[in-house]
Amino acid sequence: MDDRRPDDAELAARLALDLDATFEAVVRAHQDRLFTIALRTGGDRSDAEELVQDAFVRAYRALSVWPPPRIRELRLRGWLTTILLNAGRNRARVKRVPTTELAFDPGAEPAADPLARRDERETWAGLLASLSPAQRTAVVLRHVDGLSYAEIAEVVGRPEGTVKAHVHRGLATLRTALLASEGPPGGLRAEEISA
Amino acid sequence: MNDPIDPRTDAGLAGLREPAPAGLAHSTLVAVGLADDYAVIESPVGPLRVVWNGRGVSEVSGETDDATFETRFRARTGRVARRRDALPADLARKIERRLAGDRHNRIDLDLRGASEFERAVWMKALEIPRGEVRPYGWIAAEIGRPKAVRAVGTALGHNPVPLIVPCHRVVRSDGMLGQYSLGGPENKRAILTGEGADPDELETLARAGVRFFGSDTTHIYCMPTCRDARRVTERHLMHFPSARAAEAAGYRPCKHCRPIGVQVA
Repeated sequence: MDDRRPDDAELAARLALDLDATFEAVVRAHQDRLFTIALRTGGDRSDAEELVQDAFVRAYRALSVWPPPRIRELRLRGWLTTILLNAGRNRARVKRVPTTELAFDPGAEPAADPLARRDERETWAGLLASLSPAQRTAVVLRHVDGLSYAEIAEVVGRPEGTVKAHVHRGLATLRTALLASEGPPGGLRAEEISA
Repeated sequence: MNDPIDPRTDAGLAGLREPAPAGLAHSTLVAVGLADDYAVIESPVGPLRVVWNGRGVSEVSGETDDATFETRFRARTGRVARRRDALPADLARKIERRLAGDRHNRIDLDLRGASEFERAVWMKALEIPRGEVRPYGWIAAEIGRPKAVRAVGTALGHNPVPLIVPCHRVVRSDGMLGQYSLGGPENKRAILTGEGADPDELETLARAGVRFFGSDTTHIYCMPTCRDARRVTERHLMHFPSARAAEAAGYRPCKHCRPIGVQVA
């Protein structure tokens, strides 16, 4: 999985040497995945955008007072994700947003997206939104973002076994819901679910 | 990947990755002070570019062309500035009130890169009330560097946030208006006039060798623009060419404008 972000260790080393000169590279390297996580676990695009900015600001403030050795050892990918999810929880508490009811906003999709792909994404986004928050977060981190189970366990502060269970149950629910939404014959559906 | 995930679900979920909106990185960098936004406001001396980031206002510029401004700003600060339609509402309100003379509404300033001396000079200039002026030597004396009069002038010339830090209220020690970084001496004259000072009168007094006013009822001497001096009626107003002359006549310095220690050129 690490080939997606090969430069986290290097970024941490550079951050430890010069926070201000390196922080932009951290933002550029992680903004898409944090935005994706915020969008797919929570609210609409503008909420997600605010949340990602909030998370980066918190990260910057922490880094600006940390001693260099601590920064050098930082595993950025998981650490930034933890900050993002914490910021999201704080915000949800304040705003009391019923996150599961927020519909995916198709109007906000990039115009260049092929229509078919947009429909497909809408479907998957809608299915995800039907999961419980714990399952949704676990599935998004594992299969949309690509964190390892060990990383997810650290990020959400739960045992690895619990996280795996959340992912597996979440995937099963997704499959059930997908097949239900497509309304195939009953027999095929049962087979697919148990597969 | 060791999960029991079918290819369709795997592809469906992976397809939910979404690039961050175009402006997010810049806005984030602005929030932490590693980039800036700017907008144009109207002022008594024409349009000004006000630049800000999460740490405060970082510059007020009289340049009228975006490209020229952005290039020079980047050269000075190393940071990218992006033009916005308007200032954030609360900042716009604060600047409006500051320009109207309210010194007590706090405007955060981002003065990174400035020396301790420059900061001391600028903070001292902030204490000069609207409608009043002080000589460079006053600032030098007040910050405990009475001989650094020329350096005070240089520091004021480098003030990145003119009007917000009112360096236009600092004049030459001989009483003449002197230079102004925001578009030159005529702008300084216009701003001071707009604030209720009378630059022509000040220069006339200066040419006549008058540096201080006194009141023969209180035996206190002041800077000519001090609000206390302006309350003295014509009949009781005394003119002094120097602090020494005032002291010799038995006058004590005003506690508001603190004319003591000012080196007169």
